[in-house]
Amino acid sequence: MSPEVALPIIVPLMTGTLTLLVWRSNMLQKILSIIGSIALLIASIWLLVSVKEQGHVVMYMGGWVAPYGITLVADMLSAIMVVLTGMMAVAIAVFSLSSASASHERFGYYPLMHLLLAGVAGSFLTGDIFNLYVWFEVMLVASFALLILGGERAQMEGAVKYVTLNLLSSAIFLSAIGLLYGLVGTLNMADIALKLSQTEHTGLVDVIAVMFMVAFGIKAAAFPLFFWLPASYHTGPVAVSALFAGLLTKVGVYALFRVFTLIFNQSPEFTHQLLLWVAAFTMITGVLGAAAQFEFRRILSFHIVSQIGYMLLGLALFTPLAIIGGVFYIMHHIIVKTNLFLISGIAHRLLGTYDLKKLGGLYKSRPFLSVMFLIPALSLAGLPPLSGFFAKFIVIRAGIEAEAWVVTGVALLVGLLTLYSMIKIWAEAFWKKLPDETDGSGLNQAMTPSLAALYLPVIILAACTLFIGLNGQPIYMMAEFSAQQLMNPAGYIEAVLGVKP
Amino acid sequence: MEPIMAIAVGCLYAAAIYMMLRRSIVKLVIGLMLLSNAANLLIFTSAGMTRGAPPLIPVGAMQPEGIIADPLPQALILTAIVIAFGVLAFAVVLIHRAYNIIHTDNLDQMKDTDT
Repeated sequence: MSPEVALPIIVPLMTGTLTLLVWRSNMLQKILSIIGSIALLIASIWLLVSVKEQGHVVMYMGGWVAPYGITLVADMLSAIMVVLTGMMAVAIAVFSLSSASASHERFGYYPLMHLLLAGVAGSFLTGDIFNLYVWFEVMLVASFALLILGGERAQMEGAVKYVTLNLLSSAIFLSAIGLLYGLVGTLNMADIALKLSQTEHTGLVDVIAVMFMVAFGIKAAAFPLFFWLPASYHTGPVAVSALFAGLLTKVGVYALFRVFTLIFNQSPEFTHQLLLWVAAFTMITGVLGAAAQFEFRRILSFHIVSQIGYMLLGLALFTPLAIIGGVFYIMHHIIVKTNLFLISGIAHRLLGTYDLKKLGGLYKSRPFLSVMFLIPALSLAGLPPLSGFFAKFIVIRAGIEAEAWVVTGVALLVGLLTLYSMIKIWAEAFWKKLPDETDGSGLNQAMTPSLAALYLPVIILAACTLFIGLNGQPIYMMAEFSAQQLMNPAGYIEAVLGVKP
Repeated sequence: MEPIMAIAVGCLYAAAIYMMLRRSIVKLVIGLMLLSNAANLLIFTSAGMTRGAPPLIPVGAMQPEGIIADPLPQALILTAIVIAFGVLAFAVVLIHRAYNIIHTDNLDQMKDTDT
């Protein structure tokens, strides 16, 4: 028995249920939400510690031994992702204290948020491919409802695209599971990997692999399947955007990492080569899309797409160093991207707009906020000594070692263009004078507890970015440990099934 | 039986994608519905169909005799149907709300959030 594997799923589910019970009281919901997210963070750290000691932590639900029952498995990658989920949960819960409007809260903001977190944590921890589908759906249903809280026109339009493409992706995922089950007759991921490695590698396996790639590629917003993301992420409430930006696409990336290291690792010259080109195009289209934008959150949304490319690049190169780079990149990206969205929320609170043309004068009246913006922004662009520099450095070094020149060149170029976008935001929103037509009265508002609740998560996340940048060794060791596990699927199979493959 | 089912699944996918490519938002949802049904039937077919052999263990025996139908795909499909039902209920409410707010059911006119 290892209860710590199930706790990161149970805690947010319980929190969600309890917040439903106190539906009428916004105050109680807020308190429960904070307590629940802190409990999630503690549970996830417990899991990380025990994964560090044991390697793989496995729990058989209901006592049904694999491959018959549903298994929860945590390896280092899952544990890292769950800890990041916990961190984002706390950050968003604190930010929501002041950013969520009363009408959002009345329509179930907090229950939905915790349901979403349960779905995310479940996706990271399950060892069963059909269970992964179920957790994806839990996450999706919660995200659908969160996205349209408020019911504005842009939200409806964004939601139609978001819902359609995500349901399409679910249907493809489900079809792929069906074909895979027909092929190997099992759903346990470790068992699938074992059986696939024993059977002859046929074209059907490649077909199924590409179906999984498409399904997870839509969720991860990879080229050419990312169009739902920039169309919808900037429409929701800002805390929701930040939560989605940090976690949801990364669930897709995690699923790609899991499936293409554990299950479909027999013909990397086909599948991973395909991923390599997907990664290159994802990086370049995302960053070029951002260059054309003049809305704070839209720029950031397009940058999610381009950053996904770096993570996929790590997976696609498929060398130990590249996987380390990919995992490191995910860790850095979740923190930084959530933080940037939160800062866009503060800018909106101060000036009432996300439009860069109308924003301005933030540096003059809020120098501290400007520094807080520069840390994640320059980190995203990959300037030393921030976390993004090391993340990019590892990935690009792996690219050079693998002699994938074109893709590495693209990665370097995209870093430069990212810097361009970040400087555009800096110059427009922070540096230039406040345009005459914008009402600047919000800029001088006093540091009320309500505003402090917006600042607090931003400061903490910026501190995390600095910490990873200045003291990257422990983070690198964690990424290295997870890469070792990912490159050696036999360890995963043995931990789950108890047999040496 | 399998070839007929395979053709049916293929027709369902084709119909679903055709419906999703239409302009109307209602047809889009019908397409999504057909798509989830197609995926369910695909699981059913690809897992192999066995007629007249329920997965029952005779009294006194420890394991079933001979070939039995695999019960797991049906459990999967049941789960998938329930999920698809819930999600579709949401989608129907969404298009209703969207219609009320945007005053059109034409997807071509929902381009405000695109770039």
